[in-house]
Amino acid sequence: MEVQTWTFLIVGFTFTIYIGIAIWTRASSTNDFYVAGGDVNPLLNGMATAADWMSAASFLSMAGLISFMGYDGGVYLMGWTGGYVLLALLLAPYLRKFGKFTVPDFIGDRYYSNVARTVAVICALLVSFTYVAGQMRGVGVVFARFLEVPINVGVYIGMGLVFFYAVLGGMKGITYTQVAQYCVLIFAFMVPAIFISIQLTGNVIPQLGFGGQLADGTYLLDKLDGLNRELGFNEYTSGSKNMIDVFAITFALMAGTAGLPHVIVRFFTVPKVSDARVSAGYALIFIAILYTTAPAISAFARTNLINTVSNAPYSTVPEWFINWEKTGLIKFNDKNADGIIQYVANPSQNELLIDNDIIVLANPEIAQLPNWVIALVAAGGLAAALSTAAGLLLVISTSVAHDLIKKQIKPNISEKMELRWARLSAAGAVIVAGYFGVNPPGFVAATVALAFGLAASSFFPAIVLGIFDKRMNKEGAIAGMISGITIMTFYMIYFKLGWITETIPSASEWWLGISPEGFGTVAMLLNIVVAFVVSRMTSSPPAHIQKMTEEIRYPSNPNAKLI
Amino acid sequence: MKSYWKENIRYLLILLSIWFAASFGAGILFVNQLNTIRIGGFKLGFWFAQQGSIYIFVILIFIYVYLMNRLDKKYDVDEK
Repeated sequence: MEVQTWTFLIVGFTFTIYIGIAIWTRASSTNDFYVAGGDVNPLLNGMATAADWMSAASFLSMAGLISFMGYDGGVYLMGWTGGYVLLALLLAPYLRKFGKFTVPDFIGDRYYSNVARTVAVICALLVSFTYVAGQMRGVGVVFARFLEVPINVGVYIGMGLVFFYAVLGGMKGITYTQVAQYCVLIFAFMVPAIFISIQLTGNVIPQLGFGGQLADGTYLLDKLDGLNRELGFNEYTSGSKNMIDVFAITFALMAGTAGLPHVIVRFFTVPKVSDARVSAGYALIFIAILYTTAPAISAFARTNLINTVSNAPYSTVPEWFINWEKTGLIKFNDKNADGIIQYVANPSQNELLIDNDIIVLANPEIAQLPNWVIALVAAGGLAAALSTAAGLLLVISTSVAHDLIKKQIKPNISEKMELRWARLSAAGAVIVAGYFGVNPPGFVAATVALAFGLAASSFFPAIVLGIFDKRMNKEGAIAGMISGITIMTFYMIYFKLGWITETIPSASEWWLGISPEGFGTVAMLLNIVVAFVVSRMTSSPPAHIQKMTEEIRYPSNPNAKLI
Repeated sequence: MKSYWKENIRYLLILLSIWFAASFGAGILFVNQLNTIRIGGFKLGFWFAQQGSIYIFVILIFIYVYLMNRLDKKYDVDEK
């Protein structure tokens, strides 16, 4: 069968499942809508968290990115998994004990201030909107390539589907569709990886094939180092970024991951504190399956790619090359007009440009795998993008309906009205996200880095200090959050967007050699220092807040020996 | 109850030092030294940065879960 027929079949089948689950799990109360009734099994919550977390970027772009970055790609691998250790040890169990619906809930209550709550709402909205626009775009791109519809039509189809189960089912609907989406995306990611690992190294497990030997007896990574050297690139196993920047980026991504509201909120959905702890562990196992396979795919794909196209006559390139050239994701410019593809590090001689995203999408074609595998990858990419989009939309609708309307503007509305507001804001958020998917702002790539920087420089320190420092008061927390966000935004505008100077300043001007992606680490440290100093110069938090801080430290308070 | 919290903090410090050593230590700060050691096709520092640290993260969370469940029981604050 043709790739397109397979794609219709597999994508159609998975979409039917998602819709079926959505109808089966409708939300009937705000408790259902915000936290899925608070009784999700920790194993299923782990799966849902993994799908929620792994976006179109993890599924489609990351392996490709690492393929071109080599060792430096480790910043994403460590950064986006190590954050779960922080989440499990420093945040999840305590926030579960606190037991409300959202992150702004915690910030607002712990710091007894609606100013703090509003700052948190603004950060949550900013982070979630920047993120969701990218997901909708991802849905559009996958549709465009595999079903040959215009990108915009793909975005509308994705919007319709997310609208259906997020607005109808709220957190409850999203949780169970995410479980299904995790299964689809991990299967779709692993099948080609296993096939290619067997082809190249004879090892069924990609994580082992990564360190395995090729048919001629050389180790894959040695071969790749050699190929990179010949073409003038850095060795694959050694990077080109400076060490302090690698350190800062990794730390910013970790703290950012632990501070992202759509991930944190998942830990409000399990019944007990001990469930929140183990659920973070399950989530990381499910994430680690993809994250340890991705760098193997990167190495396999780069080896295959160089072997296929480097110094090959253009007239003999395989069909996939021509197909992807049509989409503009591969560009060949025969600078010296010899009809042969020169793929080298030196930009003045290099004739081939390859987009990061096609490493995963074209991998099955490059390795000549059967058509159904190619279709499966399309379904997996859609699952990854849709599950993340739904989680983010829920954060947006909860922030509006709960943190703004219920907690601040109209505290007296009935539960029924609040649920109606939640549905209405979910619907509004889908439309706004779709708009950004159709008209992507040019600075999306920059703002995704900003999303992590913002989460790292605002939420993460405010929550951790709120749990571990009983003396922390509202003055300290607000001053800390505002200084963290301000310096982060300034650095991003100055060095990444170049809105202040006429051209974007070069990397040599970065403070301490730290890139805008890694600056979240510096902004976070500033937040902590400011919060600490200001809080010690102002009065202690009221007694009932100190008591609350004490109570969230214990899973249950069975008797009076407390405090 | 103060000692419950103290023991909790002690666990956190130990586990987070391992977390730091596996990722920032082995994967970044000492990557060049470790790369002189080879295990199969992997240079060790590279392996920590792209594989090993992730496995260690998973193990750390489960050790934490085990330690905390035990601690909750000891101080009778576990959820019935």
